[in-house]
Amino acid sequence: MAMLEINDIHTYYGNIHALKGISLTVEEGEIVTLIGANGAGKTTTLRTISGLLTPREGSISYLGNDITGVPAHDLVYQRMAMVPEGRGVFAKLTVQENLEMGAYSRNDKEGIARDFERVFELFPRLKERRKQVAGTLSGGEQQMLATGRAMMTSPRLLMLDEPSMGLAPVLVDAVFDAIVEINKEGTTILLVEQNALMALSIANRGYVLQTGQIVLHDDAAALKQNEMVQKAYLGMD
Amino acid sequence: MLKQYFDRFSWVDFFLRVFQLAAVVVIIVGIFNSIGAAKYTSGQWVTLVFAGLAQGSIYALIALGYTLVYGILLMINFAHGDVYMAGAFTAVFLANSMAASGFLATHPVWAVLLLILLAASVSMVLNVVVERVAYRPLRGAPRLVPLITAIGASFTIEYTFRGLYGAEFQSYPIIPALDGQYWNVAGFAIPYTQIVVLVAAILLMAALFFFIERTKIGKAMRAVSEDKEVARLMGIDVDKTIMITFAIGGALAGAAGVFNGIFRPQGVFFFMGFIPGIKAFTAAVLGGIGNIPGAMVGGLFLGVFEAIGPNLILEGLGIPAVNQLRDAFAFTILVLILIFRPQGIFGERLSETKA
Ligand SMILES: Nc1ncnc2c1ncn2[C@@H]1O[C@H](COP(=O)(O)OP(=O)(O)OP(=O)(O)O)[C@@H](O)[C@H]1O
Ligand SMILES: [Mg+2]
Repeated sequence: MAMLEINDIHTYYGNIHALKGISLTVEEGEIVTLIGANGAGKTTTLRTISGLLTPREGSISYLGNDITGVPAHDLVYQRMAMVPEGRGVFAKLTVQENLEMGAYSRNDKEGIARDFERVFELFPRLKERRKQVAGTLSGGEQQMLATGRAMMTSPRLLMLDEPSMGLAPVLVDAVFDAIVEINKEGTTILLVEQNALMALSIANRGYVLQTGQIVLHDDAAALKQNEMVQKAYLGMD
Repeated sequence: MLKQYFDRFSWVDFFLRVFQLAAVVVIIVGIFNSIGAAKYTSGQWVTLVFAGLAQGSIYALIALGYTLVYGILLMINFAHGDVYMAGAFTAVFLANSMAASGFLATHPVWAVLLLILLAASVSMVLNVVVERVAYRPLRGAPRLVPLITAIGASFTIEYTFRGLYGAEFQSYPIIPALDGQYWNVAGFAIPYTQIVVLVAAILLMAALFFFIERTKIGKAMRAVSEDKEVARLMGIDVDKTIMITFAIGGALAGAAGVFNGIFRPQGVFFFMGFIPGIKAFTAAVLGGIGNIPGAMVGGLFLGVFEAIGPNLILEGLGIPAVNQLRDAFAFTILVLILIFRPQGIFGERLSETKA
């Protein structure tokens, strides 16, 4: 049974029909990527899975349970985490406090301490700046913080919404390396990206989203070779 | 170049400038004349300042309730003055029965602690109920809507108490242990009541500051006030956190009600929350609404300012019976701040979401 199974969901913003029947699955241990143009519905898909939005139709199951309509803050306790688009660090809280908020749902002191170390190992910059207010971090550092904070929830499924947005190429590499590393340590990844080439090069499988519908679904390697994907998302002719 | 200047010139700005200058001139002339007249001794000034600090610490405790709620929901809880009244009004009956039984005379510390506990509990529960009934169902509605239900909640509380206990004034009993006692320091005599109120209020504020800065729930409150959606992604139950915020604000207001009863025993009735409520709101705006240390300092500042201001400024301008102008003076401050420094004296920059 798949870790995450989405079955024909329809999500609306008022009258705007943003997701028009999306189905996808994520197996435990995979990296799955969701690519698509601006406004295709990638963010909406992640927000629906994480419980910030409720689909009007369709169902979502996670770890064998039906989680359709379960509020976001409860899903964190089922070890689902999301790094939102635009990072969403708490600007007035310090780096340390942001990470502590990531561990809000947990009580295992030793486990939390271990995850602090793990985050600081992955992102040494955060350790240097732990007393600093997050609003003063650079864009790349904020992305590291948002990712580290999501890791502090100790997720089994980690969803990231455009982690490379606005970052210099070196930093993009660093963030993708971190994602691969997190995946190797046992966390399943669902990755939304504009940078389709990077995403497909680390993913096992990919879904292509267009105006609220899945139009393609294949192994990442196959998608990279796909003519339509090359044209529309990889900038090749 | 000149054209650019004229394009930017605005009559409103011009008159605001003139108004601002005039206010400054009036204040300076007033202070100059008052001090020159040497009508009051330094002892009298110190007395005024301490009375102002005690009164100000009460404003500060109430102001914290406004600022905490604004910080998290961006709304003014206009029923907050009545939440304060509810605590003060309920505890007055316990206070009087403790005075009658002699408990207040024999165990003043326990008696006052019990009063604070009762008033804080009543105000806390009431504030939580107000949030649940009048504000939570309107989450996501335009910001004017909960303002209207706040006024409704305010009237409901006032007239419930009127219905229950009538429109008569009640009084807190005099606490024998504090009555007529003065702390003599450097030649000045300061009443015990004022010192007790000031110290107790400062202890409460220190506890609140520690709670917000250091505890997990306090940090969650700050996270929710910054970004509710991301807070939910951390596993924080936003509604529960908002409820805790109202509970804390209510408890502080209830405690302030008892301190007020110690400081000035008279005048407990169903409408008693109105003026302190607006003044505490002034204090919160003064400190920058949403800013917690700002509300504390704003409250103390307003208390002292309205205590010495009329004598210091108005009297020097030749205005008679200045002490009766205390409220007018405080509200003038509110108006001036709203015009010239809506972000408060501490200049807490309003983030885009709050602006
Ligand atoms: N809060 C909202 N209210 C109304 N419509 C919205 C809202 N958020 C998104 N939409 C609409 O829903 C559709 C999908 O938006 P979504 O943000 O999911 O796209 P996306 O694939 O994440 O795009 P991008 O690559 O630009 O982030 C778009 O047409 C968008 O205009
Ligand atoms: Mg998006």
